[in-house]
Amino acid sequence: MIIPTTEKGAEISRRDLLKKGGAMATVTLAPGVTLMAFGGQASADGLKKGARWGLLIDAGKCPEDCSACVTACSNEHGWKNNGLDTDPQWIRKVTLREKATGRENSLPVMCQHCDEPPCVDVCPTGASMKRADGIVLVNRHICIGCRYCMMACPFKARSFVAEEVTDQRTTTPRGNGTVEACNMCVHKIDRGDGTTACVEACQATGNNAMIFGDLNDPESDIAKAVSTYASMELRADLGLGLGVRYQNV
Amino acid sequence: MRKLLVSVLMLAALLASPGFAEGLLPDIPKAMGEPHPEGNEWWRVNHPALLMHSRDQTVIEGIRDVDASIKTCVACHAVEGPDAAPVTYESPKHICRACHDYVAVKIDCFQCHNSRPEEADWAAVLPSLGGTPESLRAYLERISQ
Ligand code: SF4
Ligand code: SF4
Repeated sequence: MIIPTTEKGAEISRRDLLKKGGAMATVTLAPGVTLMAFGGQASADGLKKGARWGLLIDAGKCPEDCSACVTACSNEHGWKNNGLDTDPQWIRKVTLREKATGRENSLPVMCQHCDEPPCVDVCPTGASMKRADGIVLVNRHICIGCRYCMMACPFKARSFVAEEVTDQRTTTPRGNGTVEACNMCVHKIDRGDGTTACVEACQATGNNAMIFGDLNDPESDIAKAVSTYASMELRADLGLGLGVRYQNV
Repeated sequence: MRKLLVSVLMLAALLASPGFAEGLLPDIPKAMGEPHPEGNEWWRVNHPALLMHSRDQTVIEGIRDVDASIKTCVACHAVEGPDAAPVTYESPKHICRACHDYVAVKIDCFQCHNSRPEEADWAAVLPSLGGTPESLRAYLERISQ
């Protein structure tokens, strides 16, 4: 294998080298520059192909005075509520009231991980993106903070980081000048935890109002639940194909 | 001619003196982990391209065990500050600043990324808090999942 320059060589990862040339122990990148392959390769081969991660939230089980999911999200990702209008909100408790009957309903609302996300459509840089497993993210490396996506989102799910941030959670890099939203605990999913911080917290309260899972896996709890019981999307009229579904709203 | 010889000798003496060299070259802190098999020279040249490639793999493809992760850089190369905590990018002693200040390159990685491990992991990466190459390796393995 001949790779013309060191610069080009660096674009090829050790993983690629290992995969393509199993027997190759060292690779010459440029005269005098050798890339040696490390032993022991990782399990993590990236996101689960063909998955469609989703949440099912039963508003009937979600008491109005509980906000365990919001607290858990804040701790997991390191965003804080300082009582300012500009505070980021990855997830918030919303109370709905049916005008005709006066029936009230409390439920957590976060990025709905649209299948056809308007935030991605409007992003001028490509920072707003949907992973192959359906998780919608902001790639902060290229976000310019224009906030188009905040305007486009029908659920007001995105926030702008208006303050400088220090001592971030290492699993959730975040900083001033970029836009952010619920990322479905993408670091936990990639790690194989099989749950999110909000769902863990909800289960710990005993309310069990949230289920996380792969909607495309017929064996998963969430897929079984949505195929058995009635559930709905918020603003289903928009036809965005949401990854977050609700019951008893 | 003699004058020239004297000044050349003086310059040579100056260059050889430790104080002068210290001010002239970046003071790169020593890392605790195993040395890079590719060598430091190689990493000095290639780390920006590797980091760029790895960040896309992680954000877009969900691959966490990448070749160059900023989290592993700042763990292996953690520098202890006066308060028995790893220094942040605020400090000129931070591994990234040691060179980048010297070459006048301003990086913005740490506007979003934490420039040191989280407090719960300081003991794993600082020898003075009981950190060993084993505890460091365990930490690195955990964060690359
Ligand atoms: S809910 Fe809003 S932020 Fe989330 S994917 Fe849909 S449009 Fe984008
Ligand atoms: S704020 Fe960032 S993610 Fe949102 S539209 Fe602008 S560049 Fe894209």
